[in-house]
Amino acid sequence: MRAVDALMECLKAEGVDVVFGLPGGANLPTYDAFVNGGIRHILVRHEAGGGHAAEGYAKATGKVGVAFGTSGPGATNLITPMCDAMMDSVPVVFITGQVRTDLLGTDGFQEADTIGITMPVVKHSFMIQHPQELPRAIHEAFHLARTGRPGPVVVDIPVDLSRAEIDYEPVSDVRLPGYQPRLEGNQKQIRQAAKALAAAQRPVIYAGGGVVNANAAPELRDFALADRFPVTCTLMGLGAFPAPHPQWLGMLGMHGTRAANYAMDEADLICAVGARFDDRITGKLSEFAPRAKFIHIDVDPAEISKNVPAHIPIVGDARHVLAKLVVEYRAIGADPGRLEAWWSRIAGWRSKYPLGWEESTDTEIKPQFMVRALYEATGGQAIVTSDVGQHQMWSAQYYDFPEPRRWINSGGLGTMGFGLPAAMGAAVGCPDALVCCIAGDGSVQMNAQELATCAQNKIPIKVFVMNNGYLGMVRQWQELFWEGKYSQVDMGEFPDFVKLAEAYGVAGIRLTDKTTLVEDMRRAIALEGPVFVDVRVTREENTYPMIPAGHAAREMVG
Amino acid sequence: MGEPGIKEPLSLEELEAATNLRTGRKHVLSILVENKSGVLTRIAGLFARRGFNIETLTVGPTEDQQISRVTLTVDGALHPIDQVTKQLHKLVNVLKIRDLEPADTVARELALFKVTADGSQRGELLQIAEIFRGKVVDVTKRAIIIEVTGTTDKIEAFETMVRPFGLIEMMRTGEIAISRGRSET
Repeated sequence: MRAVDALMECLKAEGVDVVFGLPGGANLPTYDAFVNGGIRHILVRHEAGGGHAAEGYAKATGKVGVAFGTSGPGATNLITPMCDAMMDSVPVVFITGQVRTDLLGTDGFQEADTIGITMPVVKHSFMIQHPQELPRAIHEAFHLARTGRPGPVVVDIPVDLSRAEIDYEPVSDVRLPGYQPRLEGNQKQIRQAAKALAAAQRPVIYAGGGVVNANAAPELRDFALADRFPVTCTLMGLGAFPAPHPQWLGMLGMHGTRAANYAMDEADLICAVGARFDDRITGKLSEFAPRAKFIHIDVDPAEISKNVPAHIPIVGDARHVLAKLVVEYRAIGADPGRLEAWWSRIAGWRSKYPLGWEESTDTEIKPQFMVRALYEATGGQAIVTSDVGQHQMWSAQYYDFPEPRRWINSGGLGTMGFGLPAAMGAAVGCPDALVCCIAGDGSVQMNAQELATCAQNKIPIKVFVMNNGYLGMVRQWQELFWEGKYSQVDMGEFPDFVKLAEAYGVAGIRLTDKTTLVEDMRRAIALEGPVFVDVRVTREENTYPMIPAGHAAREMVG
Repeated sequence: MGEPGIKEPLSLEELEAATNLRTGRKHVLSILVENKSGVLTRIAGLFARRGFNIETLTVGPTEDQQISRVTLTVDGALHPIDQVTKQLHKLVNVLKIRDLEPADTVARELALFKVTADGSQRGELLQIAEIFRGKVVDVTKRAIIIEVTGTTDKIEAFETMVRPFGLIEMMRTGEIAISRGRSET
């Protein structure tokens, strides 16, 4: 059979049920194979939309997402999703077309050095040099994408090789001698961690996206409840611990709660699980958690002691390690009474500094209120995706996520235009779930073309644009740190989102009144198919609280 | 595993961070990699984007055709070596990394020096070359090429000695290193 027909067989063997992509000259044979390939293909309008959709699919389902693009511009359009998937450890396999082998290196039409360009932003890549290599490369790509610390993997296939005949035999093993992720965690280190936790007077559990990736939310819960450990999550970890909960401090970091950030600041022991001490968490590194010792659990050894030196490093998968840690901790029989003083300190911060906003006196919709309204309208049960900016932070603050894989956003790379296609991918992966996208009016325009994909394929995402007519987060920084001199942040009243939605064949709605907002949102959600809602909110509202960049947690403002 | 039960909790004061301290010395990393296209680019690219500086780099075949060896030296005063090796380990084609201990390692470099040498200077140059066990590999009326093998220190010392004669060109291979004794590098 042709190598591309073998490709279809490999994808099916990997359990792939959908591919997001766009055809072009260099992957014509691949698209010929789709005709009778038995795999659903969703035609996107821009490869970046396809890449983010594959990410949304992967984040919502926990399975590997797949995105296809042609050579040259098809591949370069996939760079942003690749980089995004790398930063947030999302398992996605990208399969790109490449020019004929005899044209390689000649600057042929639509030739780009895909392997060279993508090398810094992928977990690994395969350049197919012989058609017979293809099946093994595909399986190895999936194996690499989903195991260890997940991430993006590229397979680049020259068009002449893709149509070549091969003897296809199913591949049942992978040969990656240099790749052996350690999952179990060192038992001695785990015991050491349990002892340290039992001795701690002011412990905090700091959980990140690694807990979600490892499907370790039940283990995290067991661990936290093995004593009264306070828990905070990063932006990527939201949902790993059920919110609200008596032990839940809220998100930490630049726009986290004071309770979470102050607890980190005063902690004597911080147990980091699947988190990487990003600068949005630590603020000024030299003043980050100055009193604390650190247990650091991560499947990627390179994350441990990268930014903050770990006292007890544990290399392993969060699920394996936390399960063992609970057993070790229970065996000690620590005195839970020792945490009383710590909890009363935390309770003080909680009551003094709750999250909140100044409500409008008329019918104007405050952006924070909009998120709470959506929480009510969805009963807190939606999968929520977001773009990047103020609306993302407000969503993280005010939508309580009871479970992992409900909150899908671009954390590390901070990709505008992520939310809408990611919602599309999540909805395809979870057809029974309600999938909402909270978007910014700036961000949403970066991949709005995927509304056509949603309309054509009847993908029922509900997009709520938090429309303040600004690139809001940049405006906020210009207001706070650049003497209020606004530079290139005013988006005006363009486009007319209702008309835009309708042009794409999507129901368009505009909401401006807070008094009926919850009910209006419910009605929008109840409509069949994709819905695009333009919610007009306060123009100049700032996201608070905030640790100014490069400052310490104690210096939170707002 | 039949280990005794845990009684005394650990005091936090006893904990010491496994830090990322800079060691302050030169490190010779001996890296076994799969002999596949693009491996060197992956290594070089990793160093570039993480801001690590490679001092010397050599690549060559090993006794196994499928495997190549990369020997590179990194300044441990500038970079946290442990982070360098961890990042290298993340490359799928990297099989093994050994941070060679200077005392347990034989390291050699080959250098070629092209030095100005007319009749009057040639004798003195040859004497110096002999002291360093250098080999004269080419002589012309106005220049001489000397081959020197040895540790980096020795080669640098030789350079200092011949520079006053008029060093036209110098080429160095970069270090290769092998661990002493029976164990494999």
